[in-house]
Amino acid sequence: MIYYDKVTKQYNGGAPVVHEVTLGIEPGEFVSIVGHSGAGKTTLLKLLFAEIKPTEGSVYFGSNDVHTLSSNELLKLRRNIGTVFQDFRLLPTKNVYENIAFAMEVAGHSDDDIQADVPHVLDLVGISDKIWSFPRELSGGEQQRVAIARAIVNQPDVLIADEPTGNLDPINTHDVVEILKKINDLGTTVLLTTHNRSVVDSVGRRVVTMDQGRVIRDDAHGKYTL
Amino acid sequence: MNKWTNTKRVARYGLIGFIRNGFVSFSAILVMTITLFVIANILLSHAALNSTLQQLVNQVDVTVYFTTETSEGEVSDIKRALEALPEVALVSYTSREQALMDFRERHKADQLILQGLDELGENPLGASLSVRAKETSQYESIAKFLDTVEINSTSGVIIEKVNFHQNKAAIDRLTDIIATSRENSIARFLLFALATLVIVFITIRFAIYTAREEIGVMNIVGASRWYVRGPFVIAGALYGVISGLIVLMLLYPILLFRPVLVGLDATSEILFGDFDAFQYFTDSFPLLFLTIMGTGIVLGVLSSFFAVRRYLNV
Repeated sequence: MIYYDKVTKQYNGGAPVVHEVTLGIEPGEFVSIVGHSGAGKTTLLKLLFAEIKPTEGSVYFGSNDVHTLSSNELLKLRRNIGTVFQDFRLLPTKNVYENIAFAMEVAGHSDDDIQADVPHVLDLVGISDKIWSFPRELSGGEQQRVAIARAIVNQPDVLIADEPTGNLDPINTHDVVEILKKINDLGTTVLLTTHNRSVVDSVGRRVVTMDQGRVIRDDAHGKYTL
Repeated sequence: MNKWTNTKRVARYGLIGFIRNGFVSFSAILVMTITLFVIANILLSHAALNSTLQQLVNQVDVTVYFTTETSEGEVSDIKRALEALPEVALVSYTSREQALMDFRERHKADQLILQGLDELGENPLGASLSVRAKETSQYESIAKFLDTVEINSTSGVIIEKVNFHQNKAAIDRLTDIIATSRENSIARFLLFALATLVIVFITIRFAIYTAREEIGVMNIVGASRWYVRGPFVIAGALYGVISGLIVLMLLYPILLFRPVLVGLDATSEILFGDFDAFQYFTDSFPLLFLTIMGTGIVLGVLSSFFAVRRYLNV
C-alpha cells in the first residue's frame, strides 16, 4: 500500500536526513516508527503526504508515485491521509466543530453529512461537550482528541500520527494510544512516530527503528529497543 | 460538490476570519484608511489644481482692435472666420459705440480726458473682437491667422492692433506653468499612490504571515488553492470596503467645514482659494465613490491573493 523506494532526503547538500530508506507498509498495519530526535522519522512521514520532496528515490501510495501527482491528485491523496501532530495544528480561529467540518468540506461533503458526522466523531474521541470551544480554550489532551477527530472524520485509508503524545500527560497519552488502536481495529492503517517507550510497548505491533536517517531494525511484533 | 456551496463556505470563512482576527483586521483597515485618504486628497488636489489653472486660462484672451474705417460687415466676416477655427473657444464683439461707452465709463472721473473726447467731435475708437482660445498655447496660431487676414484684406489696413504681441511673453509663461503643473501633478499622484499601495501590500502580507501555520494546516488536510485563498481574499475585499466607506464618511464633514482639503499650508489656501472641494465632492461623488472603493477593494483582494500564494504548498 505504501512503499518507500530507496528514498533519500537532504537539505541544501548537507548530510541526508533520510538515507536510502526502503520500506513497505501493508493495508491495516499499525507501524510504530521509533528513533532519537533527528533520526528522520518526521521527514519520512512528510515525504508521504508530499509536504517535502525526496532528493532521490520514490514514495508510492498504492500504485502512484506521490511526487509525480498533479495538484488535484495530490489534494485527493491528502484527503485520504489523516494527520495528527505533536503540536496539534488546529485552526486557531475556528471552533472544534468548524475545525472538523473544514476537513469534511474540503473533501466535498454536504452540509447535512457534516452536521451528522461531526458530533459522531467527537463522541468517538470523547470530547462531545467541547464542540463549540476554540482551540485556545482546550487542554493539550483535548486539542489532540480534536486533531484525531479531524484526521479520521473522512475515514482515510491511512492515519499519520507524528509524536501525538509528545505534549501529553500519561493519562491523556494512554487515551490517545487507545483511540489510535481503535481506529486501526476499524481497518485504518496507522503510522505512529514516537519517543515514548511505554506507548510502543503497549501497542505491541510492528516497530521500525531509525537512526541517522536509516532504518536499522524492523520487527513485526517489536518493542522499543533503543 | 457544487460551486455555489463552495462559494458560500469560502465567503462565510472569509467573514468569520475577518471578525475573529479582530486586531489584524483593525490594523489592516487603519493602514488602508490612511492610504485611501491620501489617494482621495491627491484626487482633490488634482481637481483643485485643474480648476485653478482653468480659471487662469479663462482670464486670458487676445483682443483685435479694428481701425475706425473698418465697416461692421468686415468685422462680422472676420468674427465668423475666427469662430470657424478649431482653436477658438469664444469670440465676443464690441462695437465702436460700445467701446466709446465703456471708455467714458472707465474715465468718468477724469474730466480732462472726457473734455478732449468731446472736442474731437467724432468717435475715435474702433470696434474690437475678444478671442478666447481653447488652450493658451493656441493664441500664437490665432495671431498668425489674423496676420493673414490683414494681408488678404482688399480695403487696406483694417486691423489697428492685436494685443497678443504685447502679451506674448506672459501667455507663453502661463502656458509653460500650466503644462509643468499638470505634469507634476500626475507625477506626484503616481508617486504617492505607489508608495501607499506598497505600504498596504506589506501590511496585508504581514497579516497573512501571522496565519501561515493555519494555511499550512489547510494544505495538509487537502484544501484546494481556492479554498485556502478564498477566505483571505474575501477578508481583503472587506478591508477595502470598510476603509473606503470610512474615508468617504470622513471626507463629507471635513470638506464641509474646510473647503480646501489640500491646504497643507497657507500658500495653497491662497492658490486654490476659489476651488470649492465640498462642491466638487458632492458633484463628483459617483466617480470618487467608485475610485476610492474600487482602489480599496482591488488593493485588498490583490494583496491577499499574492500574499497567500507564498504559503500554498500544493
